[in-house]
Amino acid sequence: MKVWQCVVCGFIYNEAEGLPSEGIAPGTAWADIPADWACPDCGVAKSDFEMVEI
Amino acid sequence: MKPIVVLGSGLAGYTLVRELRKLNRDIPITLVTRDSGDYYSKPTLSNAFAQKKEAASLVLTAAKDMAAQQKFTLLANTEVHAIHREARQLETTAGVIEYEKLVLAIGADPIRIPLQGDAAVLSVNDLSDYAHLREKLGNAKTVAIMGGGLIGCEFANDLALAGYKVAVIDPGPYPIAGLLPEQAGRQLLEPLNNLGVSWHFGKTAQRVDAAGAGYTLALSDQSTVSADIVLSAVGLRPRIQLAKNAGLAVNRGIAVDEQLQSSDDAIFALGDCAEINGRTLPYVLPIMHAARALAKTLAGEDASVIFPPMPVVVKTPAHPIAVLPVPRDAAGTWTVLAEGQGIRMGFFNPQNEMIGFALTGEYAKERSEMAARCAV
Repeated sequence: MKVWQCVVCGFIYNEAEGLPSEGIAPGTAWADIPADWACPDCGVAKSDFEMVEI
Repeated sequence: MKPIVVLGSGLAGYTLVRELRKLNRDIPITLVTRDSGDYYSKPTLSNAFAQKKEAASLVLTAAKDMAAQQKFTLLANTEVHAIHREARQLETTAGVIEYEKLVLAIGADPIRIPLQGDAAVLSVNDLSDYAHLREKLGNAKTVAIMGGGLIGCEFANDLALAGYKVAVIDPGPYPIAGLLPEQAGRQLLEPLNNLGVSWHFGKTAQRVDAAGAGYTLALSDQSTVSADIVLSAVGLRPRIQLAKNAGLAVNRGIAVDEQLQSSDDAIFALGDCAEINGRTLPYVLPIMHAARALAKTLAGEDASVIFPPMPVVVKTPAHPIAVLPVPRDAAGTWTVLAEGQGIRMGFFNPQNEMIGFALTGEYAKERSEMAARCAV
């Protein structure tokens, strides 16, 4: 399980936790998130996220 | 080879550098900034008090790491005095810098409304302002916010969540009146009131006088508000002076076309300082789109910026809001589409196409679907 961070606002997506409030189940891999998904905090595109080490 | 010089290390400057480096690793880039150059996300400044975040912890990447990762020459804590366009030179506190192309990403200043009295009014426009406000808030219990627009309401929500008693003063009739239709703006009243925010609409502060450890604000209707801290959030004014002094075309912002090019073809502008074909768009998404287009142009492939529908997210967790703003002169009407724990409204033009929307509360998360349904 990996963690991704929005380069714009620092929002963290943790694959293990998912984002139940946005309808993304825990355990959802980054690759399986739709391409048109946007950062829930600042609205930028999925492509503006980078993988971060934990 | 002379470098591309980027002025400014905010979201606009750094996003441009990042996008340009995705296309080209070799073009020399120099980044000149009057602050430290540490990369942080400005939108988090109005969302960080409740999380008790120190200013330093908001830094996502230190300036020297940005410079190493993105391969640019950093000139931090450097002021630019003048642009000499004929010679393609900048006159700075660090000496003369030559440029091949110049990108102005210098942001905007908080508007200060004239006040009588002691007027010790704070505003938060960058990370050092945030640090200053945090320090001032140490012993404070009450905060008066002048301005009930997007930033004023975000601060109101954040400070109320952090335990401060907040009074919001605004000459308009309801929250975020510049972006939201009335029925949507009014949705914020009760949720923020429940957190301890009192609203003072239809009024302006005229005097701010020291009173004890805090201040008394005299409002235009003769009423008064007492507060330990006075915060101003009445809007931003693009920084145009440097460009104006250099003889570049300016209006409200630095005038640029859809290629982000100013009246000088070696100088470009984006972000809060720019006015793109007559529009200032001081939000995150327009900056991202503008940076991508400009990066292409600077990498040698002429590109115009095309803006898709770009919803603006208002970070008021007590009652979240997303809005696709409608130009002030647009013909059409706002219509209520659904009402529950919040409201869903659309703005329809005379051809009955949706060209804007306001989503609050439970509907706020529909912004991507709603944007996809909009005609542009």
